Amino acid sequence: MKINVKHTAKLANLPLSTREVKKFEGQLSETLRYIEGLNEINTDNVKPTDHVTGQENVLREDATTPSLSQKEALSNSKSKHNGMFKVKAILNE
Amino acid sequence: MNPVIGLEVHVELKTKSKMFCGCSADYFGKKPNTHTCPVCLGLPGSLPVPNKTAIEWCVMLGMTLNCDIPQFSKFDRKNYFYPDLPKGYQISQYDEPFCLKGSIKLDSGKTIGITRVHMEEDTGKLIHESVGGEDVTLIDFNRSGVPLVEIVTDPDFDNVKDVIDYLKKLQQITRYLDISNADMEKGDMRLEPNVSISTDGKIPNYKVEVKNINSFKFVEKSINYEIRRQASLIKENEKPIQETRGWNEAKQKTVSQRVKEESSDYRYFPEPDIPPIKWSQKKINEIRSFIPELADEKVKRFTKAYALSNYDGLLLTKEKSLADYFEETIKQIKLIKNDEIKPTPKQVANYIINKGTDPEQTTIYQLIHSIQSSLVLSSIPDKELKDIIKKVLKDYPKITEDYKKGKKSVIQFAIGQVMYIIRKKIDIEILRKLIIEELN
Amino acid sequence: MSNLTSLTITQAKDKLRKKEISSMELTKACLERIKKLQGKLNVFVTITEKEALASAKEADNELRNGSYLPLLGIPIAIKDNFCTIGVRTTASSKVLDDFIPPYESTVTQRLKDAGIVMLGKTNMDAWAHGSSTETSDYGPTRNPWNINYLAGGSSGGSAAATAADLCIGSIGSETAGSIRQPASWCGAVGLKPTYGRVSRYGVVAMGSSLDSPGAITKSVEDAALILEVIAGHDPKDATSSNLPVPKYLLEIKNPEKKLKIGISGNYLEGVDVQVIKVFENTKKMLQKLGHTFVDLKLFDPKYAIDVYTILQRSEVSSNLARYDGIRYGNDRSFFGEEAKRRIMLGTFTLSSGYYDAYYKKAQKVRTIIINDFKEAFDKADFILAPTSPTPALKLGASQGKIMFGELADVLVEPSAIAGLTGINLPAGFSSDGLPIGMQFIGPQFSESEIINIAYSFEKETEFLKERKPNL
Repeated sequence: MKINVKHTAKLANLPLSTREVKKFEGQLSETLRYIEGLNEINTDNVKPTDHVTGQENVLREDATTPSLSQKEALSNSKSKHNGMFKVKAILNE
Repeated sequence: MNPVIGLEVHVELKTKSKMFCGCSADYFGKKPNTHTCPVCLGLPGSLPVPNKTAIEWCVMLGMTLNCDIPQFSKFDRKNYFYPDLPKGYQISQYDEPFCLKGSIKLDSGKTIGITRVHMEEDTGKLIHESVGGEDVTLIDFNRSGVPLVEIVTDPDFDNVKDVIDYLKKLQQITRYLDISNADMEKGDMRLEPNVSISTDGKIPNYKVEVKNINSFKFVEKSINYEIRRQASLIKENEKPIQETRGWNEAKQKTVSQRVKEESSDYRYFPEPDIPPIKWSQKKINEIRSFIPELADEKVKRFTKAYALSNYDGLLLTKEKSLADYFEETIKQIKLIKNDEIKPTPKQVANYIINKGTDPEQTTIYQLIHSIQSSLVLSSIPDKELKDIIKKVLKDYPKITEDYKKGKKSVIQFAIGQVMYIIRKKIDIEILRKLIIEELN
Repeated sequence: MSNLTSLTITQAKDKLRKKEISSMELTKACLERIKKLQGKLNVFVTITEKEALASAKEADNELRNGSYLPLLGIPIAIKDNFCTIGVRTTASSKVLDDFIPPYESTVTQRLKDAGIVMLGKTNMDAWAHGSSTETSDYGPTRNPWNINYLAGGSSGGSAAATAADLCIGSIGSETAGSIRQPASWCGAVGLKPTYGRVSRYGVVAMGSSLDSPGAITKSVEDAALILEVIAGHDPKDATSSNLPVPKYLLEIKNPEKKLKIGISGNYLEGVDVQVIKVFENTKKMLQKLGHTFVDLKLFDPKYAIDVYTILQRSEVSSNLARYDGIRYGNDRSFFGEEAKRRIMLGTFTLSSGYYDAYYKKAQKVRTIIINDFKEAFDKADFILAPTSPTPALKLGASQGKIMFGELADVLVEPSAIAGLTGINLPAGFSSDGLPIGMQFIGPQFSESEIINIAYSFEKETEFLKERKPNL
């Protein structure tokens, strides 16, 4: 089983060099071989488990709590302008 | 060739707090990035906790659209990358939404199928600018995480008139439920139609999504344009591509944005940070009990209970606040004990409709008073009024002279003179009308 | 002075209360030892010396006023995936090299409210992706018992800090083995609570359905103390449990019941012969305490590797999507190789056409594993097994081995997948002088029982009192 590394990297928004693409092709195939063992297990009529806690209906009342200040919100950004995060222009909007 | 149209409408809920955190959801016009927290900003380690009210409102909306409310429901992650999406995924609903398989009847008699109604969170806002000579995009996350309800219809529409009727009804319902302002211009109601053309009576195997529709005007123009565009392609034996197009108001046409195929692998999986939702029959009944009488029922009841025409009923129920105002007035009138005039519901309706009374500007007390006055007014028969007018005009020939010269202000003087004689409060407009009639 | 750093939390508390020592003395002793050994062991990513001394000073004031807070004045090391307000938090990745959280994780808030002195943030496998701490972007953490060996991971820094007495106790987190395994390799007590027992709010997310913050300490009583402080419902974490938090410190001293201990043969397959020896020894000691053994045939743990690989990488691929360098940190080109690999595989296992065969299938096998344990716990009170198939491995052992972590954690993955609780106890040594640990695995929310039996076992072995790493 081979993974289309280029396509997957695009979906994952990961910049990969050609060398990395090649390396990952081999490594990811190896990983897939390892996990093929799951096919040996019969899971007919078995329901998937999404949550191990068994909890349901964990909801929050509609009330406001304090927000971060603008300064705090932007404190870790390397690129900002006029209280907003700044990135290179995005086309297509 | 038949247009085949399905609609995706997003409605922004006016809850106090956001969908998954306690930041204020009232973001419009606020300083950028002042309504954010680790959760809606996507900081490392933050976790979502769903807003109970938002979910109940979504279910309520689904109920008014005759949807099934499945017992089990959950949230899922919709994974894609875009700078306005802080977590790199949107918490939405995929295969187990809150509401399924509803319907709505339009004025044209057509019934539209509602595929689903589900909850998700809004993204941040992107602003394109030039800063220091460089083209940049600025991001404000105040809107990130605000609750959105998505209503998807079956591809049952085949004309724009029905689309507009549907949107108006949906808008009215959300306003009646008081869950959203549903203002297209402000962005709390957004439409994305999927348009295709069928040549053989079957649902086509492609669809074009149209974005950037910010007002009812754009709805008509953009969909009609798109229908024409696709029809002419088909006539040339070309198949329209499946894609996303944006309405360009300046160019008055839809413009291709991106090929939809590629970005559609959202890798949905159940949201591990939020346990599922399971409804009890008791809770479902409780939510249903929150639904107020909606416009359709109200019109029926008004016409019956108050002997109003259907037309008047529609006008009075267009907005719930006006309908409530009307009914409260009727209630107050019933309580009048003394000899004061008791206007009938029909008289109240006529007055409100003719005057365009604004419930925000006129208290019920003032309204009742004005109606009573206007009723008192009609106790002076037109003939008597006309006699008085003729007398005034005879006594003041200058009025007629100046009026013929084009001096409209002289009418005010005539009104004053008539009022002086009558010494009673009367309807100025009727008087003005009669005076002008006499002068001509 | 150096005797101070070898104190347990319980002992330190006692001395502080009796005014035999001050928090300042204790803190200074730890900081000195950290300075001495940080270069050798590479335990810390960030040392918060100034803040620690300020906290110690305040703690001493409080102590003088007779204040009682459960961890007042105790110097603790925190794994660097817990967001600490105003203090650099990196998850040992260059992507977060300069990230300073504007908010506090629930666990560290509760610890601070309990009066701790935070010594610093400890090294880990970057993003908690590993079982060696060798994938850290800041270099591996060395095993205090032999610096040519690995500390284990992903909470390697915390485990090494505790074993080397650079702190009095520490905090770690486990997705599948990341508390128990490094504790085993470093000779410390490692308590992984039931999933949902401790809030995940503010912990850099790795496997959202698995992550369990917990404690790595020098004694079982210390672990119980920390758990009592950090456990409990958190409204900010929708997966945190509503169950009340027992008074673990009281229950630890409950008279022991005679228990049925489950043992599964397939948890001993392929395990190092020295580890088996310690296992047999452990059995003997438990027998002496009056407990009996039950033969179980647990679901083969090797399948847990497959399940864990898929589930964790899928969740990781989504959890790491937020790191785009826009709002904080550096862009995605700063991800290390292991992180990139895991994101790629997780993206694949969730993608269209493969979701059913991989992710959904893994979720189904997860159900089988959960039910398997439920059945087992009908027959036994808890399960005894080695924590790791081997003692600590040499530096470099994880490199080039893409499934290193998963294979090293085969014995802890099943219980992690089922969200159970488990505790690693130091139980012996290899002929090379490297610690070997044994684990007790219990059903969900059985921490009281597990801690109780661990405490009585610890009293029997007393092994840590005999040996300390030669540093």
